[in-house]
Amino acid sequence: MLKISNLHKSYPIGGSSLHVLKGINLDIEDGEMVAIMGSSGSGKSTLLNIIGMLDEADSGDYILDGLPIKNLTEKKAAVYRNKFLGFIFQSFNLINYKNALENVALPLYYQGLKRKERQEKAMFFLEKVGLTDWAHHLPKELSGGQNQRVAIARALAANPKLLLADEPTGALDTGTSFEIMEFIQKLNDEGKTILIVTHEEDIANMCKRIVHLQDGVIMEDTFVNQVRTAQNV
Amino acid sequence: MFDIDLWREIFQSINMNRTRSILSGFTVAFAILLFTILFGITNGLINTFEEGFKDDATNSIFVQSGRTTKAHKGLQVGRKIQFKNEDFDFIKEEFGDKVEFITARIYKNVTASFRSEQNSYTVRAVHPDHQFLEKTLMKEGRYINQRDVDERTKVVVIGRLVEEDLFAKTIAIGKYINLSGIQYKIVGTFSDEGNDNEERIIYMPVSTAQLVYGNNDYLDQINLTYNPKMDFDQALAFSTLITKKLKNRFSVAPTDQRAIRVRNMAQGAKAVNAISFGLGLMVMVIGFGTLIAGIVGISNIMIFIVKERTKEIGIRKALGAQPKQIVSIILIESVIITTISGYVGLLIGVGVLDWATPVLKDYFIKDPGVSNSLVIGATITLILAGTLAGYLPAKRASRIKPIVALRDD
Repeated sequence: MLKISNLHKSYPIGGSSLHVLKGINLDIEDGEMVAIMGSSGSGKSTLLNIIGMLDEADSGDYILDGLPIKNLTEKKAAVYRNKFLGFIFQSFNLINYKNALENVALPLYYQGLKRKERQEKAMFFLEKVGLTDWAHHLPKELSGGQNQRVAIARALAANPKLLLADEPTGALDTGTSFEIMEFIQKLNDEGKTILIVTHEEDIANMCKRIVHLQDGVIMEDTFVNQVRTAQNV
Repeated sequence: MFDIDLWREIFQSINMNRTRSILSGFTVAFAILLFTILFGITNGLINTFEEGFKDDATNSIFVQSGRTTKAHKGLQVGRKIQFKNEDFDFIKEEFGDKVEFITARIYKNVTASFRSEQNSYTVRAVHPDHQFLEKTLMKEGRYINQRDVDERTKVVVIGRLVEEDLFAKTIAIGKYINLSGIQYKIVGTFSDEGNDNEERIIYMPVSTAQLVYGNNDYLDQINLTYNPKMDFDQALAFSTLITKKLKNRFSVAPTDQRAIRVRNMAQGAKAVNAISFGLGLMVMVIGFGTLIAGIVGISNIMIFIVKERTKEIGIRKALGAQPKQIVSIILIESVIITTISGYVGLLIGVGVLDWATPVLKDYFIKDPGVSNSLVIGATITLILAGTLAGYLPAKRASRIKPIVALRDD
């Protein structure tokens, strides 16, 4: 599904540059649920952004589903993002003047689907996250957990190969966090490949594999026994 | 290709961010409002100036006489210069085809009466050419003709207001009007674009007046128009030549300003043209300044809007929006807001001008208004301005890296 080898990335800071990723090698197979852990500054978000084609690596290879991701034009990157990736952000990143249904339908708009089809599909995914009754509410009228579920529905709507979540529970309380994680686990059970960046141990333990990142290198990469959220609740 | 979804996106964005849209629209509407009002008022001023000279042909030359103020060739100061028929013929023969129309004028004040109605009017005794010099518009009947002059017929042509005053209950044409005791047949009625006084005039053949009032061949004034093919300098030279020849003919000192007075309308017309041009230039400068201020205003707002929407742009890009699509939503939104609000400003401006027309008339501003071509021109300018104002920020927005945009809080 995903193959990364010898990936480097540095950011210019003032006169010098900050070497954030120092040679990352990572293979992820179909259907995996991987947590990327590390303290802040370890480079975990940078790695996720490169995987998500939101940012570009300085050197190294990144192959997604057999396609080398390198020197993409903006247009091509947009098409790939739309086709392969679904994003879940810590701060939800919903468009505030669009209601839940419209937010979920937006990636479908960029896929060029017809309006009616978009609405049907968006409704289907909203139903999946249990927000049918909230379809016509604006983000500000929804709770944090509900907003994150809208965001998940949006990430799913384009039927991506890979779901990327950047601290998906960072802005939520424990109860809601577990609800969201339970949902993400369910998606993984259905076969979605999922990559989660988190710094919380218990969230990471709900994945099947944990990659520890420290100072831009992978320190540890272990398969763990997945903690099912049902056991926590 | 018409993409209904794109338009839906744009109208949702405009509608859901109403304050932002209205504020940016206001700038443009206000600029266009000022532009329209300014243009309208200037047009009104130009109309007033032009109307002041519409009364008479702009290539007219008026020749009048007075008393001498300087002794010359042994003749005394204070001698009265009196034009006669022979002087009229002299000008006509001397200058040939340099003269387009020529007429003499004799002024008399009369008491006119018809049945029980009575009033005082001015009589102008003229040649047939006078109609073209004065731009007299015939309402009914005919003007004085050459036969009237040759045969000294007792006919008159009366102004619209004379007819209204005296012939309220009947038709004037064909009736006989009593002017200070003598009956004249009315052969025509006229109107005039000049002021009301012009329509209180009674015209009669010059020869008839000479017979009735003193049995002489005196003339009060000679009016002519120069050949329209002459340019301004030639026209001035022509009137100078007339002055010189007449002064010579009447033995008047060349420096005497009173005895023979020649007034050339070309001078006035040139001044009016200069003023109109000056006003037009002024309004162009101010008007386009206002437009540019509007464009700069909307550019600033567009930069602000793009800044405000940075995060939204980031989200859209993360979801698969292509740069082209980002440019089009921002650009089209800008064009729509500029066009609609500009048009609203235009409508309000035209409305204000319409409403203010009666008030402005007291301030020498007549029929202020803007032409259709100006309206279309301004609208096109606006659409171009909106495109220009929206394009650069939109282009920049489309280049924002999604990761930068998403971090923006």
